[in-house]
Amino acid sequence: MVEKGTWTVKKGLAEMLKGGVIMDVTTPEQAKIAEEAGACAVMALERVPADIRAAGGVARMADPTVIVRIMEAVTIPVMAKARIGHFVEARILEALGVDYIDESEVLTPADDNFHIDKNAFKAPFVCGARNLGEALRRIGEGAAMVRTKGEPGTGNVVEAVRHMRIVMGEIRRVQNLPREELMSAAKDMGAPYHLLLEVAELGRLPVVNFAAGGIATPADAALMMNLGCDGIFVGSGIFKSDNPAARAKAIVAATTHYNDPLILAEISKDLGEAMPGLEIQTIAPEQRMQDRGW
Amino acid sequence: MKVGVLALQGAFREHEKLLAACGVEPVQIRKPQHLDQISALVIPGGESTTIGKLMNEFKLFEPVVKLGREGLPVFGTCAGLILLARDIAGSEQPRIGLMDICVERNAFGRQVDSFEASLDIPVIGRQPFRAVFIRAPYILETSSGVEVLARFQEKIVFARQGRLLAAAFHPELTGDLRVHQYFLEKCIQAS
Repeated sequence: MVEKGTWTVKKGLAEMLKGGVIMDVTTPEQAKIAEEAGACAVMALERVPADIRAAGGVARMADPTVIVRIMEAVTIPVMAKARIGHFVEARILEALGVDYIDESEVLTPADDNFHIDKNAFKAPFVCGARNLGEALRRIGEGAAMVRTKGEPGTGNVVEAVRHMRIVMGEIRRVQNLPREELMSAAKDMGAPYHLLLEVAELGRLPVVNFAAGGIATPADAALMMNLGCDGIFVGSGIFKSDNPAARAKAIVAATTHYNDPLILAEISKDLGEAMPGLEIQTIAPEQRMQDRGW
Repeated sequence: MKVGVLALQGAFREHEKLLAACGVEPVQIRKPQHLDQISALVIPGGESTTIGKLMNEFKLFEPVVKLGREGLPVFGTCAGLILLARDIAGSEQPRIGLMDICVERNAFGRQVDSFEASLDIPVIGRQPFRAVFIRAPYILETSSGVEVLARFQEKIVFARQGRLLAAAFHPELTGDLRVHQYFLEKCIQAS
């Protein structure tokens, strides 16, 4: 019997993306540059996070025309973003045939209490998380891939680092708890108990975990890989820099050779200016994208 | 015995786990010098364009092709199958190209069409193999030296040419060791 949209199949695509870089693109031309640089997938959207941040207002799912043109331009997987809780945007993306749906805090949330029931879909979902409880809630809802949130559109890696350290630290702690303490731990972090048990046994998340939100240089990507993530999302960091093609290629190489400083030194040369960065303290609390999600 | 696993991008850790469970020592291959002293090579699933570009940038094509021509057993799954193929329909992407097969990429469709199914693979036994196909390719054509080991809905999804083995599905995503054991027994120990 042939079974589509199973958990194995959803999770499986994320397994194939590991060790790779997923790049935000807004046009077919950018998608081709990303593919040519060695991206393992692209995220199709109307504006990169830095521009969403600058524009203000409500950010929504991209125009399907843009998404379809990007899907036609490349052979690698194409992801696209739906607003948190906006299951109709997600159904539209599924109908378009996008390979992964990102229920994303980069867009303005459509529901301030509930996320999408991702188990009800055949298309797989990726969601953001700042800590283990949030990651496991999203997985409980059906996310087959997780990414730490960082602070999108800032070119500042500090929040991505903080979130990855929190998730990894909590996994290590849970691994060392006696079994009778796990129920209270699940209650405290708002995590589904059965998933927390799985984490305690596996010593890692039950799905692939990428880093995102503020990665702007090859060294940033290698740093996140060293902290234990499975791969990298780069949003504004590529197409807001001086030389997107060279920077994209260097970030791909850095994600593979994250443990080899000599190679990292070589590929970091002559990339031109990185995207302009933002100090996190200068962002008003209500404009912090990472706090979106429940 | 050391078996190399190309570790540039993709699901290389899953192959390492299965190889270790089969009793051989997996070795990650990222640079040409890592190829010394391996008895076989596995090319994992991932994005074939990404893996090809990284092989090019880090000068792995030439030594891998040379070792393959000299008889090194090579097993490719999904993206690995694409990289092993001599011809890739409609694509000029770089490849290892050691197997006399022509493949079609994303041949079953996009991710929403990815699937799992029970596959009959007579050479590994009567029990069907739970095969996971993710944006999978299949083999369009083979030359006379290639043995077809499994078909799914008429499409060739598993084939062997001497010491070269290629699967369109992902045995590394299951706990079933039989395909890896077949590679170790037929492509390595028999050589």
